[in-house]
Amino acid sequence: MSEPATGISRADVVHLAGLARIDLSDAELDHLAAELPAILEHVASVQEAAGDDVPAMSHPVPVDNVFREDVVTPSLAPEDALAAAPASDQQRFLVPKILGES
Amino acid sequence: MTVETLVPFEEALTRYDPVMGLEIHIELNTATKMFCGCPTEFGAEPNTQVCPVCLALPGALPVVNAKAVESAIRMGLALNCEIAEWCRFARKNYFYPDMPKNFQTSQYDEPIAFDGWVDVEVDGETFRIEIERAHMEEDTGKALHVGGSTGRIHGADFSLVDYNRAGIPLIEIVTRTIEVPPEKAPAVARAYVSYVRDLIGGLGVSDVRMDQGSLRADVNLSLKPKGSTTLGTRSETKNVNSFRSVERAVRYEISRHAGILDAGGKVVQETRHFQEDTGTTLSGREKSDADDYRYFPEPDLAPVSPSREWVKELRATLPEPPAVRRARLQSDWGFSDLDMRDTIGAGALDLIVETVEAGTTPQAAKKWWLGEMARRSNESGQDIHALGITPQQVAEIQALIDAGRINDKLARSVFDGVIAGEGTAEEVVVARKLEVVSDDGALGAAVDRAIEGDPDAAAKIRAGNLGVAGALIGAVMKEMRGQADAGRVRELILEKLS
Repeated sequence: MSEPATGISRADVVHLAGLARIDLSDAELDHLAAELPAILEHVASVQEAAGDDVPAMSHPVPVDNVFREDVVTPSLAPEDALAAAPASDQQRFLVPKILGES
Repeated sequence: MTVETLVPFEEALTRYDPVMGLEIHIELNTATKMFCGCPTEFGAEPNTQVCPVCLALPGALPVVNAKAVESAIRMGLALNCEIAEWCRFARKNYFYPDMPKNFQTSQYDEPIAFDGWVDVEVDGETFRIEIERAHMEEDTGKALHVGGSTGRIHGADFSLVDYNRAGIPLIEIVTRTIEVPPEKAPAVARAYVSYVRDLIGGLGVSDVRMDQGSLRADVNLSLKPKGSTTLGTRSETKNVNSFRSVERAVRYEISRHAGILDAGGKVVQETRHFQEDTGTTLSGREKSDADDYRYFPEPDLAPVSPSREWVKELRATLPEPPAVRRARLQSDWGFSDLDMRDTIGAGALDLIVETVEAGTTPQAAKKWWLGEMARRSNESGQDIHALGITPQQVAEIQALIDAGRINDKLARSVFDGVIAGEGTAEEVVVARKLEVVSDDGALGAAVDRAIEGDPDAAAKIRAGNLGVAGALIGAVMKEMRGQADAGRVRELILEKLS
């Protein structure tokens, strides 16, 4: 993709929607193709505020090493685990066929 | 499905050089999952070890298992890796029903361990395998494919998913590209996986059972024309469930790639599935846009920054390095270099260690594991660890031999019985009536008949040529279906013919 860093084409939006399995109408694609670059530009202006010497954060709070001990806690009963599944069989989640849809 | 044209392995190597990369996934044996307190028992009833976190129910918050991080660091150190001072988890986004979250929590550009190496030995030659990284992630659920003809994902109508395994801590070990003398490639791949199994098994952080999936190997392979430096397109073969399969998968993919390239075709970058029964690989999934995983740092988990003191403490817990341990065992056992090489090659080092610990001499342990068990393993294609016989059982059977109750030949029948689940060695001996006969009455009669049947041999023994006694002993053993006490038979023959 040879677009500038903040640029995003309509084709990019189609690609992203495909990856995210979101079915978008033509009107929605047009709308997002215009809106996403604006969002990215906004984010870019935030990036300018921080110099190269400021490391990127993935967390609002600088905290490391939040661990739990390796101790078993109760699991759900299988009927509860499966209660919200659209379909189940043999105490398993039933899902549509995996291959052959592309 | 297109018919593949295969080029015989040796011929393929006259025109191409293989380039390999190996990925090994190791399930840790922690009591609980990577990010929640669900238990990790193998073989539990479906969906009995799941909770809101590993089912990705809304609002659930993962927390890292400290023991899993400790195990990951120890593995990294054992693989001679650097341990990251600071690293994060990342979301690997993809849609596949084995991951309820629609992403796998993994690590991306900040693995916990990186830049390591191991030395593996093939035919007495050492090859250094460089480790690019070892990172922490979580295992996926298990899907049962229903419909179609084979129970495979191809042609299935729908799938049934069990999430017990989803979220179990996994460490993925990735090598750098491996280029070794082409003809050695399959054996080096096998030796590497076998070495890692022993190394990690020695740390006690995983069961490392290929047959149960706690150690899984993926073989990435491409070919480049001789003299070229341009890498070819690679295939990724999954479902490789034994050391032998690792070797076979490499050989098969070399033959298959060469067939495609010879015909002027292009190798497709895809996932392939190894077929244990035929030794071939089948096309799984083509790499496509869907492999754009859009990794990003996991916002629900805090970064991991192991202190250097902790890393130092963990380094001190590592067992002696495999090379040192092997040298010590070889010297303790009095094995020759060749014995040792065969032991390593058969993947039987720990089996012999445990058999010796159970009271058998090293020589006897070697005899059974490298002879009888290696043969059974080769014939059945099963891993030598998965034959259904334990070192303790081998030691029990050898003890019966040492007590003179059975002999080596009868022991084979005892192995059959123990493997078939007929009970302990003792019970099998009784039920199958395998005890050797050392009662002089029965033996004497058989010896008389053997002497009568072979007057020539009898005459030679009378004349002092004791070497001929073997023929008569053989005749007695044959008559008594191998159940005679050979030592006593010999004594009786010599007594009668003196």
